[in-house]
Amino acid sequence: MVMEIVCPAGTPAALRAAVKAGAHTVYCGFNNETNARNFPGLNFDREEMIEGVAFAKAHGSKVLVAINTFPRAGAEHIWHEAVADAQAAGAHAVILADVGLLAYAAKNHPNLRLHLSVQAAAANADVINMYARDFGVKRVVLPRVLSVPEIAAINAETEVETEVFVFGGLCVMAEGRCSLSSYATGLSPNMNGVCSPASHVEYEDDGETLDARLGGYTIHRVGKDEGAPYPTLCKGCFKAGEATGHLFEDPVSLNAEQLIPQLEKAGVTALKIEGRQRSRSYVAQVVRNFRRAVDALDAGQPMPEGFLASLSEGQATTTGAYKKTWR
Amino acid sequence: MSDPQISIPTAPRVLASALKYVPLAPLSLILSSYACRVAKNHPSMMRRLGEHNKTDFVLDPTDLPISIEMNPNRGYPRITVVRGNGQGTARIAGPLAALMGLVHGAFDGDALFFSRDLVIEGDTAATLALRNAIDDAELDLGEEMAGATGPFARQISKLLTFVERKSGVPLTRPQEVDTW
Repeated sequence: MVMEIVCPAGTPAALRAAVKAGAHTVYCGFNNETNARNFPGLNFDREEMIEGVAFAKAHGSKVLVAINTFPRAGAEHIWHEAVADAQAAGAHAVILADVGLLAYAAKNHPNLRLHLSVQAAAANADVINMYARDFGVKRVVLPRVLSVPEIAAINAETEVETEVFVFGGLCVMAEGRCSLSSYATGLSPNMNGVCSPASHVEYEDDGETLDARLGGYTIHRVGKDEGAPYPTLCKGCFKAGEATGHLFEDPVSLNAEQLIPQLEKAGVTALKIEGRQRSRSYVAQVVRNFRRAVDALDAGQPMPEGFLASLSEGQATTTGAYKKTWR
Repeated sequence: MSDPQISIPTAPRVLASALKYVPLAPLSLILSSYACRVAKNHPSMMRRLGEHNKTDFVLDPTDLPISIEMNPNRGYPRITVVRGNGQGTARIAGPLAALMGLVHGAFDGDALFFSRDLVIEGDTAATLALRNAIDDAELDLGEEMAGATGPFARQISKLLTFVERKSGVPLTRPQEVDTW
């Protein structure tokens, strides 16, 4: 069976581009704080979601709706409405992270398929089986801290489908538990759907150096001939004593395309591409390449050579935790 | 869609030279009228701009001697072409081909940014909203321009295709092919 390619769409145009490029499945979110990519100009209103799902279905693709932030006390109805509207739009499944919201969806929308978001940071078979037993979760998106053997170990002990990230921005933190952005901006991906909100990001180019600032703090400075820096604290460059370097992680992004055969052997069902904040051009190129790769694998042909590096954030890639080679 | 290895051509010298002498007031009026037509044809683009629909943007083609000051003005864009850097709260600078490629979905904005083919300064949220709104609108400025010329649409379209091929500057939206 061909591994499923799960593709990002920040806009209806990106959804159409992903579907046309061969996406089996597209994930997207509503234009509010219910999804973890709550950026200016992105996401879907209710009507666009209905049209997007219809377009995908007409082309044989599925749509997953990410409602993967953690509801605010007193405002849970916003998340409840999102779940109801996703089902009404005809979504194949919703991607949830919060235990309370999972319980709500399982009780009030028993026919709605539930996927567990990476934001839930479910990283072992015991917790995954608990989500399946208590809420009927059918699929889990694994956090990006696991090696391939660890993923195989999880799949050996659960019937829940697993989905893993293979391309795009990389968080090495246990997702759902990173509050770095909050320290500089007061806003976090967990509660507000924004890591390094654009309203707090500033770039200044004086012709010699380019500074990236977050919440008024300079978090990276590069010279004329270097690539532009990330606006996130985790990939910032800091000075401590006499040493200057990337304190949390190097500014690279994930590219696990050459590990796809190993991930298949490890029992992975679906391969997820990160990047709802990226353009339809990016979506189309990445999807086309990954679709080609899984089709080649299914046909027993060699994997195509990778050529996605120029599309990577920071233009440098890693296989992340899948292949641990610590410094 | 373009090849992932981004290669950005430079704007034709003849255009850069001409823009040193072209009177800018009439050019600004023509571009404002054209932008209003585009905005009218793509109402969702203005909706996506949200709270940034009154921001003063500066689009700076670095290989031309002009900058374009653009305010979306809640669906009735105002454009002023100036010589030099221009004034605004959000600035996007890069070769003309990069800016036009971004508009037409030929290039990915983040890839252009990380490779520093594009430079952004000022209000990042407004810039992001504009980028996302334009990307979703699937604009074809060449087609819009040809459409505005009525009976001359076909000739203008042919001319634009010719200029695009010669200069390498994406003046139209690349044709998309359903892979699956």
